[in-house]
Amino acid sequence: MGVEQKLGNMGVVTTSLETAVNWARTNAMWPMLFGLACCAIEMMAAQASDYDMSRFGMELMRASPRQSDLMIVAGRVSKKMGPVLRRLYDQMPEPKWVIAMGDCASCGGVFNNYAIYQGVDELVPVDVYVAGCPPRPEALIHGVLTVYEKVKAEKFKDLAKG
Amino acid sequence: MSVLEPVVELVRGLGQTFRYLFDRPVTYQYPEQKREVRPRFRGRHVLKRYDNGLEKCIGCSLCAAACPADAIFVEASENTDEKRFSPGERYASTYEINMLRCIYCGFCEDACPTEAIVLGDNYELSFTDRRSAIYPKEMLLEPVPTVDMTTPRKVETGVYKRSVPEMKDPTD
Repeated sequence: MGVEQKLGNMGVVTTSLETAVNWARTNAMWPMLFGLACCAIEMMAAQASDYDMSRFGMELMRASPRQSDLMIVAGRVSKKMGPVLRRLYDQMPEPKWVIAMGDCASCGGVFNNYAIYQGVDELVPVDVYVAGCPPRPEALIHGVLTVYEKVKAEKFKDLAKG
Repeated sequence: MSVLEPVVELVRGLGQTFRYLFDRPVTYQYPEQKREVRPRFRGRHVLKRYDNGLEKCIGCSLCAAACPADAIFVEASENTDEKRFSPGERYASTYEINMLRCIYCGFCEDACPTEAIVLGDNYELSFTDRRSAIYPKEMLLEPVPTVDMTTPRKVETGVYKRSVPEMKDPTD
């Protein structure tokens, strides 16, 4: 992953660079469009002017995985959608994060049946689970801020180890 | 069509854009400024207590039966007058809600015979792992009204015999 593998153990240089890099990452984290169900409506509302996720550096939703850092899985993932989701995740450049938005993406929610993945963490590593059915736009923003806290606490040392 | 017409249209269009500079901003500055939720909003659950501090929940599991997502787990135990949690025979010794399973439909609220479980107005529920989404009884139960009203506590014999409070107006 570039810079962090070389600068893992250089004392004050590493720590201040960590702060700078994490600041940059949290202030321009572009999410990928992954609206699958009703949660997508709330995701759109969070993007619209009432809540305006651009305040947190999410200027626009990218339709291309190659240009995005954060995948917001909004909605239930069917068994047929699963391979597609994994493929899009693999196409995103490192570093990347995943939010499972809503009950269905987090653990299957009310759809405890054969057609739905019981949580998107069966497919991709999830950083933050947002509860709600669907979550309010504020709840999604709360989830995004939780991701930011997690990113700000990241250390090069741990990332280089993989 | 004159040469000036596209210029006029351009100015008209940008004038519309320019006018929005003086409009009041509509954005709710969320983490700092929180919007009031509606009166019927359903958020995170709270387990209520009576005014005397006893828990309203009697461990009947009707909420768990009504739950369409099977998010609630209740285990009941027997009350005694030496160690009384709630009025009546039984209390919920384990009460867990999986916040990620729960769809906040409010059926548990409707099913509850003692109005013990109420959906509150907290919606800020994000977790970094799935285990921490399971809220135990200690997190759901509301605080005691005053410090001496903790449960379990010793009470006089034969006072709290009814688990469901007596209905004052049956037509209500």
